[in-house]
Amino acid sequence: MSGDFVRRLPGGATSFRNHRGEFTWFNLDPWLMLILLSIVSFGLVVLHSASDGNWVVVEAQLVRLGLGFGLMILIAQIPPYFLLRTAPLLYGLGLILLLLIYPFGTEVNGSRRWLRVPGVLNFQPSELMKLFLPMVLAWYFHERHLPPGLKPVLVSCLLLLVPAGLIIVQPDLGTGLMIATSGFLVLILAGLPWRYMLRVGALVLISAPALWFVIKDYQRGRILTMFDPERDPLGAGWNIIQSKIAIGSGGFSGKGLLNGTQSHLDFLPESSTDFIIAVLAEELGFLGVVSLLALYGLFILRGLMMSLNAQDTFGRLLCGSITFTFSVYVFVNIGMVSGILPVVGVPLPLVSYGGTALLTLFAGFGLMMSIHSHRRITLL
Amino acid sequence: MTPAFRIHLAAFLFLLLMVGGAGRLIYIEMSEKDFLQDQGDARTIRMERINAHRGMILDRRDNPLAVSSPVVSLWANPSELPEDQQSLVELSTGLGVSVEEFTLKMRRAESRNFVYLRRRAKPSDADAILSLGLPGVYGEKEYHRFYPGGEIAAHVVGFTNIDDVGQEGIELSFDDWLRGKPGKKKVLKNLYGEIVRDIMPVAEAVPGRNLRLSIDQRLQFLAYRELKSAISQYQALSGSFVLLDVQTGEVLAMANQPSYNPNNRIQLDLSSVRNRAVTDVFEPGSTVKPFTVAVALESGLDMGYTIDTSPGFLKVDDAVIKDPRNRGVLDLGGILAYSSQVGISRLALSLNEYDIWKQFQTLGFGEVTGVGFPGESSGFLPNRRRWKDIERVTFAYGYGLTVTPLQLASAYSTIASGGIKREVTLIADQVSEGERVMNARIALQLQSMLGRVITEGTGQKAAIESYDVGGKTGTARKIGENGYDDTRHIAFFAGFAPQYSPRFVGVVLINEPKTEQVGGGSIAAPIFSRVMSNVLRLLSVPPTDTREAV
Repeated sequence: MSGDFVRRLPGGATSFRNHRGEFTWFNLDPWLMLILLSIVSFGLVVLHSASDGNWVVVEAQLVRLGLGFGLMILIAQIPPYFLLRTAPLLYGLGLILLLLIYPFGTEVNGSRRWLRVPGVLNFQPSELMKLFLPMVLAWYFHERHLPPGLKPVLVSCLLLLVPAGLIIVQPDLGTGLMIATSGFLVLILAGLPWRYMLRVGALVLISAPALWFVIKDYQRGRILTMFDPERDPLGAGWNIIQSKIAIGSGGFSGKGLLNGTQSHLDFLPESSTDFIIAVLAEELGFLGVVSLLALYGLFILRGLMMSLNAQDTFGRLLCGSITFTFSVYVFVNIGMVSGILPVVGVPLPLVSYGGTALLTLFAGFGLMMSIHSHRRITLL
Repeated sequence: MTPAFRIHLAAFLFLLLMVGGAGRLIYIEMSEKDFLQDQGDARTIRMERINAHRGMILDRRDNPLAVSSPVVSLWANPSELPEDQQSLVELSTGLGVSVEEFTLKMRRAESRNFVYLRRRAKPSDADAILSLGLPGVYGEKEYHRFYPGGEIAAHVVGFTNIDDVGQEGIELSFDDWLRGKPGKKKVLKNLYGEIVRDIMPVAEAVPGRNLRLSIDQRLQFLAYRELKSAISQYQALSGSFVLLDVQTGEVLAMANQPSYNPNNRIQLDLSSVRNRAVTDVFEPGSTVKPFTVAVALESGLDMGYTIDTSPGFLKVDDAVIKDPRNRGVLDLGGILAYSSQVGISRLALSLNEYDIWKQFQTLGFGEVTGVGFPGESSGFLPNRRRWKDIERVTFAYGYGLTVTPLQLASAYSTIASGGIKREVTLIADQVSEGERVMNARIALQLQSMLGRVITEGTGQKAAIESYDVGGKTGTARKIGENGYDDTRHIAFFAGFAPQYSPRFVGVVLINEPKTEQVGGGSIAAPIFSRVMSNVLRLLSVPPTDTREAV
């Protein structure tokens, strides 16, 4: 397969293989579909156990997944051409919605993240931005010479920082950072020169101590807790201690579904949402964890292939960004649950119980499929 | 640098990231597994005590005298209790105390994490409180000891304390036998300390063993009823009744007054807890005269041997020993029948003092019986090197030594069994072989002489319709501030029935009756008669008075 990669370098390749023999149906990529269905089914099994065998939870998740697949199929039908054209519009719309939060947003738990149109809609504009930002950046780099010079880098940074900043001040640091990361991934894939990266990296390192004083107390606490969960075992450290115990007590093949003590005796908090992988580790052990991570690995590989096979810069960048953002989610969640990253509230994609973020993920898969399945059609 | 290189690099980095994440999980799972598993277990697995069921105490016919029934003790961890007023009101209402009282109690116990809310609640009551579902409130299954016999057998059975440990009586002396071995079980507890499920019993609770006493509840009741009515009639200080099975040495009934209700010991008068039949000692008075006579018979005198008791008094050393009136010449049976002090004194002076002492000692005076009852007294049997005459004399008619009612009953059962001394026991089916301590002929002669006490002598009120019985009255003056006190005395009756081949020995003791009548013959003998007549009928002992008209 690696040989194929080399021959089909997206930048230089102008000829591609005849794909007539390949199965496509409603513009869906069969491999990606298979991988997604596997992860989702696996996830439902774990969720069933994590919610103490509560079928209501599983059904609700099934409905969401159904909606997600529906949304994905719908978006896969949209030609990339159209996506490219509408990207700046969508980005603008997303920005407006983010700004609308300030006068109209509803406050929940001290932060304004939700926009409510009573009886019609109830959503977080930041979710939209998760896709609109990579789209607009991919659009921006689409017709530019790559690797980009200083000016395009600065412009793209601006495109990136405005929505990220708006989200961070909601405040929703986790989502803001994740969105910034997804944008930054587009930059890297577009060929952001090393020197810029090094400079930015150095800047971050230098400003890190200053940042320490800027962030809020609870965030500082989370970082300290990450280094030493025992400093507050009943408070901030509780989650991480309990989840480490859950993971560690799983052993090779786990205690069996519905038999985990940490998760079923209420020691493990958020067991069906952010910390669901701890349930998996406790109940299915090493084997379970490796299986799930292998599926995630397959997803990344497939996403990578789709990205490499993309016909144009827009497709390649968007596809790559979505794939890598996905893997960042997985990594951050695992890191958080296993105590090497602070607890930031990132769910495990496709497995954690939860609503809007799931739909956003599927919308992203829809974009990938659209790009992949429409690639033989001559665009522009 | 081509974008292709870039994308491969990125892919590589991200896969590395994934592998890193997976590695971290696997590291936790593999390297810290043991520690973390222990941590997990430490949070969820607890050892719970399983209280063991204490064995029942039964009477010889398997009627329960002490039973354990399951109850629930409620306790709380004050620091976990809810703060809101409504929960506290619910809880205190359930416990039947005022909210203020309850909060005060919890505040006092604040620093501890264990405080009993209610010991031994009925399971239904406890469930009602536990089902409120308040955090910090727990229940532990225990057993409550209940005594169906109440005060009737209270002294024999004894009682346990709130922790189910024997404190008195059989409950104490057979505690190890009755007590179960508490077990342990592993349980799974959730975050709130609720037991989610039992994993496995580590050690099964071993229930205690039942114990069958020799007591017959029916006879015990008879004895207790008669004793109680007599005590209240004579306004006596205390009293005891002991009924022995002659053939086995088993105690069939052992009643005392005053008694107590072992099921309600809130205002317990400690003096009423003593099993006086074994713990209290008395000078036995005339009831030991038959044993002095036995020594005389053993020394070779026969039953017809006569002693002149005229003129009704006898000067020994500085003291004068008197009979109520001059009874003239009496044979040995007559001395017993009329309980002549002068007669027995003359007899004693003619005997070897050591033989008398030896006789008493052989019959068990001065030693605890084999009954193994907590707090049992051995009594006091003086062993003098030199006996003054007055000492020999008073000893022969029951002063200068002390015995318990049980010892006296045991000694009489040696006469009743034809000379075989058996260990007395409170446990059923523990028949001891016994040993011969008295010539069978002498025992039979004593039985016949003691029959005369009932037919013609001081013990006529002990007679029982249709049955011949034998026995001896006793009246012992108590020691007051200036020697023996003529106004305070103890009334005894010790006897057996039927007269020949006796099956039962009964000893009655009434301590300080306050009546015009004085003495064992008028006070203790009727009690013996009433109890024994019922016992004989209840146990279908054939009447002895079956003589046909001549």
